[in-house]
Amino acid sequence: MRHIISLLVENEAGALSRISGLFSARGYNIESLTVATTEDQTLSRMTIITVGSDRIIEQISKQLNKLVDVVKLQDFTEGNFIEREMMFVKVRAEGDSQRAEVKRLSDIFRARIIDVTDTTFCIELTGSGDKLDAYIKSMHENNIIEVVRSGSMGILRGEKALTL
Amino acid sequence: MELSGSEIIIQFLKDEGVEHIFGYPGGAVLHIYDAIQKQDDVKHILVRHEQGASHAADGYARATGKPGVCLVTSGPGATNAVTGIATAFMDSIPMVVITGQVPSHAIGSDAFQEVDAVGITRACVKHNFLVKDLNKLAETLKKAFYVATTGRPGPVVVDIPKDITAPHIKIPYHYPENVKLRSYNPNFKGHPRQIKRAVDLLLNAKRPMIYTGGGIILDNASDELRTFVRKLGYPITQTLMGLGAFPGTDPLFIGMLGMHGTYEANMAMHECDVLICIGARFDDRITGVTSKFCPYAQIIHIDIDPASISKTINADIPIVGGAGQVLSEMNKLLDKTELGINKAALDGWWKTIKSWQAQNSFAYAQSKDLIQPQAAVEELYKVTKGDAYITSDVGQHQMFAAQFYPFDEPRRWINSGGLGTMGFGLPAAMGVKLAFPDKDVACVTGEGSIQMCLQELSTCLQYDLPVKIINLNNRYLGMVRQWQEFFYEKRYSHVYMDSLPDFVKLAEAYGHVGIRVDHPDDLNAAMTEAFKLKDRTVFLDIITDQEANVYPMISAGKAHNEMDLSPLQQEIQASLKAKGELV
Repeated sequence: MRHIISLLVENEAGALSRISGLFSARGYNIESLTVATTEDQTLSRMTIITVGSDRIIEQISKQLNKLVDVVKLQDFTEGNFIEREMMFVKVRAEGDSQRAEVKRLSDIFRARIIDVTDTTFCIELTGSGDKLDAYIKSMHENNIIEVVRSGSMGILRGEKALTL
Repeated sequence: MELSGSEIIIQFLKDEGVEHIFGYPGGAVLHIYDAIQKQDDVKHILVRHEQGASHAADGYARATGKPGVCLVTSGPGATNAVTGIATAFMDSIPMVVITGQVPSHAIGSDAFQEVDAVGITRACVKHNFLVKDLNKLAETLKKAFYVATTGRPGPVVVDIPKDITAPHIKIPYHYPENVKLRSYNPNFKGHPRQIKRAVDLLLNAKRPMIYTGGGIILDNASDELRTFVRKLGYPITQTLMGLGAFPGTDPLFIGMLGMHGTYEANMAMHECDVLICIGARFDDRITGVTSKFCPYAQIIHIDIDPASISKTINADIPIVGGAGQVLSEMNKLLDKTELGINKAALDGWWKTIKSWQAQNSFAYAQSKDLIQPQAAVEELYKVTKGDAYITSDVGQHQMFAAQFYPFDEPRRWINSGGLGTMGFGLPAAMGVKLAFPDKDVACVTGEGSIQMCLQELSTCLQYDLPVKIINLNNRYLGMVRQWQEFFYEKRYSHVYMDSLPDFVKLAEAYGHVGIRVDHPDDLNAAMTEAFKLKDRTVFLDIITDQEANVYPMISAGKAHNEMDLSPLQQEIQASLKAKGELV
C-alpha cells in the first residue's frame, strides 16, 4: 500500500543521505521524497511517499525513527491530511489552434501559464499526483517538451500538526 | 584551560575515563599523535593494521562493557577500520572510532589520503560526525560516547579534519558532563501493562521457553536473568551472542539454539507454547525457515530497539525496554503474584526435554590417531577450568568453541556473531588481555582465519599481551568445505589451504612460543604447557581431523525440528527410538 510519511529532520549535512541510504540499503521503495528547511532553520521537513506491505512500512517507520538525525516522524496515511504536488510542464504551442487548446486545457485543470514564447508555453500545476497524471495524459504526447514534478508534500488537516 | 584540538581530544578521553586506545598513525592524525606522546594517562596501543585496531577496541568493549576506542588516519586508515566497525555494528558493540581527515579546505578535492569517511561508514555505524568547528569538538566527542553507549549500543565514527587538531590554535576547554540530542532519546523502560501481560502469559504456559541473546550481556542484565529463570524453573536457550549470560553448566540451560545449536534447544523451540525472547533479534541463523518458526507459540519479545520487534517474527506481546529493567520488573511481579506456575505441565515438559537431551546431539566419533577439533576445545575447557576468556574467529572452530566450552559468566565468549568476520579473534583477544592481564585469554581459530589478522602477533609482543592461540588446523576452510560436502556434492572449490606457513616457526619469528601437536595423546600436555607459560604468547598449532563436520545442523529452508544429525548421532537416535525413549 502507498504511504505518505512526514518527518522533521535535523538540518545537517548528511541527514538526507542517511535517509535515502536507509531506503537503498534495506531495499525499500521511494516513490518521491521532498525536503526543505522550515521556519526553524535547524529543522528540515521531509515528505516521503513509499509503497510496501504493512510489515515493511512498520519497519520503514521504525528504522527512520532510529536514525539520530530524525527528530519526529508521522505516517499520515491513516489520518486526515492534505497532499499536494507541484509540476512544471513545457509544451509545444504553435499556431492559434494549438495555443488555444493548451490554454483551454490548462484552465480546466486550473493550471497557470507562467512563461510564453512564440512556440512554447510553460505551465504550472498543483494538485494531487493523480491530477498531475491526468493533465499529462490529456496533453498530446508529442506536445510535451519536458516535465518537472516536485514530489508530494503533506500536511495534517485541522489543529493537529507535526511540530516539536 | 586553553587547549589545541589535539589536546582536547586527549584530555576529553581522559575525562571520559578512557584508559586505552588502539590506533595507527598517519598524516592526518600527526597532531593528535604528538599530543598522545606528551602524556601518559591515555595509553595507546600501536596495532599492525587498522582492522586490528577496530577489532581490538571491539574485543576490549565486549569484555569490559566500556566503549572501545580507536584512532586511525584518513583514507586507507579509515577504510581498513571499516571491517571492524561493521563487525561491532552487527553485534551492537559500543565503540568510538576517531578518523583523521584531510584539512577542511582540502575536503572534496581528492586530496592525498582522502576518503569520505562519514559517507563510507554511514551504513555500518550507529551514527557518525564530521567535526567542522573546533569549538564543537569536545561536545561532538561527548555526543559520540553518549550515542555509542546508550540504547542499543553501536559504533560511532568521529571524522576530524587535520586543521581542527592544529597545535597552535587553542580554545578554552571544559569537559561536557552531559549532552542532549533532541532527536535521540532511547527508551529504557518497558511499559508496565505489557510487562504484566507478559508475566500472566508466562505463568499460564504449559510448554514455556526462554530464549535470550546478546542484549542481556550488553545491558549487564545477567543477574536479573538468572533470578528470573530460577524463579520460574523454565528451560532457557541462548544465542551464540548470548552465551554466558546464564551459566552454561546450569541444568536449566538446554544449550545454544539455531543452526548448530543442540537438538533439545531447537526441538523445545519448535514445540513450546509460550516463547519469551529477551535481547535477541530472531536472526536467520536462529530461526531456520521463518514460516515454520515456533508454530505453537505465543511470543513475547523484549528489546531496547523497537525496530528489532516484529521485524522477522511477529511478537504477540512486544515490550520496548532495557533487558535489565524489564527483567527486574518481571521478577517483582513474580514475587507478588498469586498465580503459580503450572507445575504438572512443567514437569511433563521437562520430561520431554530430557528425552531430547538423551539424543546427545554434540556426540562425535572419538579417534585414536586424529585429533578431533571438538576434543581440542574440550581439552581447552579442562585446562583453563572453564574460566578463560575465549575469543574466536569464524567458521567450524567458532561453532566447536560455542558447543564445547560452556561459559558460566557473561563477557567471556567473544566472537563476531552477526557479521561473521574472519580475522576478528586475535586482535579481539589482545583487547581482552589488555583489560584483564591476569586472566587466561585464548583465541580459538583456524588456519584460514588466523592468517587474516596474523600481523597482530607483533603487537602482542610489543605490549606484552600473552594470549594463547588455539589453532584448529585442518588444512581446509572447514565451514565452506562442509557446505561444499553437503550441498555441492563434495566439489571442494578453493577451500584447501595449501602452502601453509610453519606456524611454529612463524610464532618463533614473532618472538613467541610455537607448539605443534598432531596426536590425541599429546594434546593435554601441549595445552597444559601453553597455559603454564603465563607471560608468553603461545601459538598452539593443533593438526586436526581434516573432514570433521559441525553437527547437528539446520539446513537452509528447514525448521527447528528438522535438524540433520551426524552418522553417530543418527545411531543414537535410532537406538533411542527403538527403546521408545525419544518423544
